[in-house]
Amino acid sequence: MKYLDEYRDAETCRKVADSIAKITTRPWSIMEICGGQTHTIIKYGIDELLPKEITLIHGPGCPVCVTSVELIDKAIEIASRPEVIFCSFGDMLRVPGSSAGGGTEVARDLLSVKASGGDIRIVYSPMDALEIARKEPDKEIVFFAVGFETTAPANAMAVYQARKQGIPNFSILVSHVLVPPAIEAILSSPDVRIQGFLAAGHVCTVMGYWEYEPIAKKYGVPIVVTGFEPLDILQGIHMVVCQLEAGRAEVENQYARSVRREGNEPARKLISEVFRVVPRKWRGVGEIPRSGLGLTEAYKEHDAELRFGLAGMTVEEPSECISGLVLQGIKKPHECPAFGTRCTPERPLGATMVSSEGACAAYYRYRRL
Amino acid sequence: MEDKNDFTLSCPIPISEYPQILLAHGGGGKLMHQLIEQMFMASFANPALMARHDSAVLKVQSKKIAFTTDSYVVKPLFFPGGDIGALAIYGTVNDLAMSGARPLYISCGFIIEEGLPTETLWRVAQSMKQAAENAGVTIVTGDTKVVDRGKGDGLFINTAGIGEIAHGLTIAPSAVRLGDVLIINGDIGRHGMAVMAAREGLEFESAIESDCAPLAGAVMNLLEAGIQIHCLRDLTRGGLASALVEIAEAGSIHINIEEAAISVREDVQGACEILGFDPLYVANEGRFIAIVPEAETARALDILRSDKDFMRGAIIGRVTGGRPGIVTMKSRIGATRIIDMLSGEQLPRIC
Repeated sequence: MKYLDEYRDAETCRKVADSIAKITTRPWSIMEICGGQTHTIIKYGIDELLPKEITLIHGPGCPVCVTSVELIDKAIEIASRPEVIFCSFGDMLRVPGSSAGGGTEVARDLLSVKASGGDIRIVYSPMDALEIARKEPDKEIVFFAVGFETTAPANAMAVYQARKQGIPNFSILVSHVLVPPAIEAILSSPDVRIQGFLAAGHVCTVMGYWEYEPIAKKYGVPIVVTGFEPLDILQGIHMVVCQLEAGRAEVENQYARSVRREGNEPARKLISEVFRVVPRKWRGVGEIPRSGLGLTEAYKEHDAELRFGLAGMTVEEPSECISGLVLQGIKKPHECPAFGTRCTPERPLGATMVSSEGACAAYYRYRRL
Repeated sequence: MEDKNDFTLSCPIPISEYPQILLAHGGGGKLMHQLIEQMFMASFANPALMARHDSAVLKVQSKKIAFTTDSYVVKPLFFPGGDIGALAIYGTVNDLAMSGARPLYISCGFIIEEGLPTETLWRVAQSMKQAAENAGVTIVTGDTKVVDRGKGDGLFINTAGIGEIAHGLTIAPSAVRLGDVLIINGDIGRHGMAVMAAREGLEFESAIESDCAPLAGAVMNLLEAGIQIHCLRDLTRGGLASALVEIAEAGSIHINIEEAAISVREDVQGACEILGFDPLYVANEGRFIAIVPEAETARALDILRSDKDFMRGAIIGRVTGGRPGIVTMKSRIGATRIIDMLSGEQLPRIC
């Protein structure tokens, strides 16, 4: 397929991998932020092509994984109400809420709410949920607005249109997270051993990469905006290693076919019209200041947390899961004592085992040798 | 394949009177008899069925028979390349074929939701008639039930089938040997994506058509040519990946496949990319793998490809000396990874 096959070509990939081996003189640890990139790395076995000096660390960039237990519980609470049609992207439905204990008790998720009679629908776009709201004025339609900056413009558009067109029965449960504060949180940790980053291409397609320039400078780490195909990732690694070997720490753009420094300006404008920056709890990591998006005052009528009176609800996370350490790159999934035994995709203790992009699930699925 | 909707007969049930199925059509009275006579007898006419006994009395030549059943609950009932009726015939025929049996007789049980348009049922019945002809089987017995509106999904069909086994081979995962070769009869992922696109109203440049097809002919050709088939498996729910894992686990063997050898049509690949699906796990209704001794591979492949529908038959992998019970795949870029079974169905990804 055009624009895909070129980036999956074995010969070209091998050439770039050889070139990485040639320029590498010392051990380097590089984090790919995005779960989509983790998935590509494990699925294609990209790390097997790299010289042993290069260690890839899988970052916190799967929105399914980092959505807090608290928000999952809120989603379950809302979706259980008889007047609600709860709309979500598909992969959020299997994320366990707070009752995940690893014992005999099975954690509740949105799929089990559906089985108990909740009206839960998989949609492909928040605009589909808005359409349902238009067609079913007697129901409350709630969309689970999950994701990084990538999905923020579409979610913002749905709320913007709901207000503009006067669709009062549409609200969103906002769980948006932002990449730059997460990178800063990781780099500020005393255990940090990450020397370079692959930034997520689609996040930067929306936001641009100007935000990353002060981070590269402040912490002395190279950051390369990278795409999602095997060749993209190998080129991204090549560019990071080049910088590391030369002692540079700059922001570079591998994904130039999609990303500009300023990003997509109309999309950014819409995001800042509808959303404001708020503190956000990350599953397994804890609260990171200024790391999430919430609705602005003008759009708060469409905030599901306020509409259903759940703003004050707090939930503690289960203790055995080390997904926080995995998400920060301090531990690999198979270093967890529960990995593959008490924690499997069928009975996950934490979200990194649930999402197909979660590091634990990717290791379980592709690496259980 | 023939267009299964290419018939000119119109529904003989007096539609002006009963445009929809009523509860009474399952009540055992006159309406039910009318439905059976005019809908099913008229469509599937054959001596065994026309005998109108409580059970069909059948002749079988061989000493060994294969017997299987499956239920069909697809939404929507009609999709590009097929419909629930064709699926209900081919699915069961194919299950028989996977034990090397020649499919002979089929039963069908209809569970109809009150309110289903009579015309819809007629179209399904015509499709089943056509599919049975294509597959060379006879529909010899059946059952009709009608459930309250809201208690079904339009129409559910159960079919069971009997096939005769003329060969003396053991066709099972336990018969697979080190060095055996895996052959597939074509590209993967079409059925699942066709149904998905139809169900969700996703529009692509061209409609993806289901690969829904009978497989018994291809299997009989292989057996009649004396190919020593060790194992057969159709690649329905769970797709190629799940079928291979089942075989590897059941036979305690290690299977290695090559990603580059597996064919996925561009429209299917595109739809999978958009939704975040892996075609390895997407359902097929006209694809199977045959595991054969290495020495017979070339001949088996020639026979398979002589069928115009399976010209893209290919070798996709081998039984190797790796860890038993595990399937691995050499990726396009040369690295090796495990192929696992999914815990549930694939769900569309966020980004």
